[in-house]
Amino acid sequence: MKNIKKILAVFFSAVILVGILAGCGSKATTETKKDQAAKSSIEEIKQRGKIKIGVFSDKPPFGFVDANGKNQGFDVFIAKRFAKDLLGDESKVEFVLVEAASRVEFLQANKVDLILANFTVTDERKQKVDFANPYMKVALGVVSPNGAPITSVDQLKGKKLIVNKGTTAETFFTKNHPDIELLKYDQNTEAFEALKDKRGVALAHDNTLLFAWARENTGYSVGVASLGSLDTIAPAVKKGDAELLNWVNTELEALGKENFIHKAYDATLKPAYGESIDPETVVVEGGKVK
Amino acid sequence: MQNLGINVLFEGTTLQRLFEGLMMTAGIAFISIIIGSFLGIGMGLLRTSKSGIVQFICRFYLEVFRIIPILVWLFIVYFGVTNALDIHLDGEIVAVIVFSLWGAAEMGDIVRGALESLPKHQIESGKAIGLSFWGLYRYVLIPQAVRRMLPGAINLSTRMVKTTSLVVMIGVIDVIKVGQQIIERSVIKVPTASFWVYGLIFILYFIICYPLSKLSKKLEAKWEN
Repeated sequence: MKNIKKILAVFFSAVILVGILAGCGSKATTETKKDQAAKSSIEEIKQRGKIKIGVFSDKPPFGFVDANGKNQGFDVFIAKRFAKDLLGDESKVEFVLVEAASRVEFLQANKVDLILANFTVTDERKQKVDFANPYMKVALGVVSPNGAPITSVDQLKGKKLIVNKGTTAETFFTKNHPDIELLKYDQNTEAFEALKDKRGVALAHDNTLLFAWARENTGYSVGVASLGSLDTIAPAVKKGDAELLNWVNTELEALGKENFIHKAYDATLKPAYGESIDPETVVVEGGKVK
Repeated sequence: MQNLGINVLFEGTTLQRLFEGLMMTAGIAFISIIIGSFLGIGMGLLRTSKSGIVQFICRFYLEVFRIIPILVWLFIVYFGVTNALDIHLDGEIVAVIVFSLWGAAEMGDIVRGALESLPKHQIESGKAIGLSFWGLYRYVLIPQAVRRMLPGAINLSTRMVKTTSLVVMIGVIDVIKVGQQIIERSVIKVPTASFWVYGLIFILYFIICYPLSKLSKKLEAKWEN
């Protein structure tokens, strides 16, 4: 019995020692953090010399990683320009690769300064993050095999529809069409694989993504091209970060004067969508929806 | 020649990135397994204590890790704890912390099971020949327990290797995520890309996990005598 007490004593002193060490470490970081909090958010970014922007790594043509491991895409194109105008060089951006389901948390926990990951503006998300003015607009679409096309939502009743967790498609169908059975996936890759395996009759997602996917995957077409209300896609900052928010809005306005978002469209989205899609259905210039 | 799907694996730095992803997966898993094993042995010894409070705390710790999904733990530590304490921890560090704590909980249970399964006369005989508490564990109980806990420990290790695929949710790029990036980029031009990429990932996981089961077979055979 005495010996067991000895072991316990050793074990717990080890635990306490680790705790103290960790405590010292965190205290040091807390102090530096406080120093930074006193300064403005933009000041902090400038001091760091890098802006941390959350982008997708597997969602072409918006945010993806090319064969050489470089971030590419529409969102990345705009993110680089932001870095250039804020810090003077487009290489001064640190891309943090985010997942659709945890974008809000990345902002809330200070893991990124800005999210540029095809982030659709919704009322629910507005309570958690602050959205800047939009740079893109989007509606939901439904893609299905040409052999068994789905051209209206009514056809989906009692059938399985594939959606991604945490996306607007999931919210829309849960709220407005509870009679449609949803098959939910974490990753885009999995969701599209599921459609190909015929685990659901159709897949609902942002129409822009579906245009690109259907163009390259013969045998599938976007039967329902526009569904629900027209949503906008905007950069998002942490709730309460008014300074960075204002900077982004001013920046978008300035970029609108040189039609920069159209340039981004031509460079990244046009090759994926083809000539058949009118850029005006997708692009928002100067932060204002016409 | 037709564009074979397998070519996607050799474009640019693809293979190198898959390898880096594999190193991330293997690194997180093995560091966690090692830390988890050491903490787990401590836990296992504590679990054999007769003190009710110690029993309760250990039991509570184990159940907490068994009941709450690892994904939730990753979120709690990466987004919650770091924010509450106002510290910054990289996703990789958070992954190692969470997987080590999980490993400790599960390993503790395996060690406890092995110790308790030993016949009582082993302890009594040890005491009878005058072994001290440490001597009893060092020369009699632990050598026998290790043999009994080996299958469970190897099973836990391979499970930990495979569960590391969850770390992508906290921004860590592991081998599966690299694979998905490659598939998403090339699926448009090469529809069979997923087959080749997942095929390679299957082989890579096999390369990590197979030596573990080989090792356990070897050790079991060695200790048989």
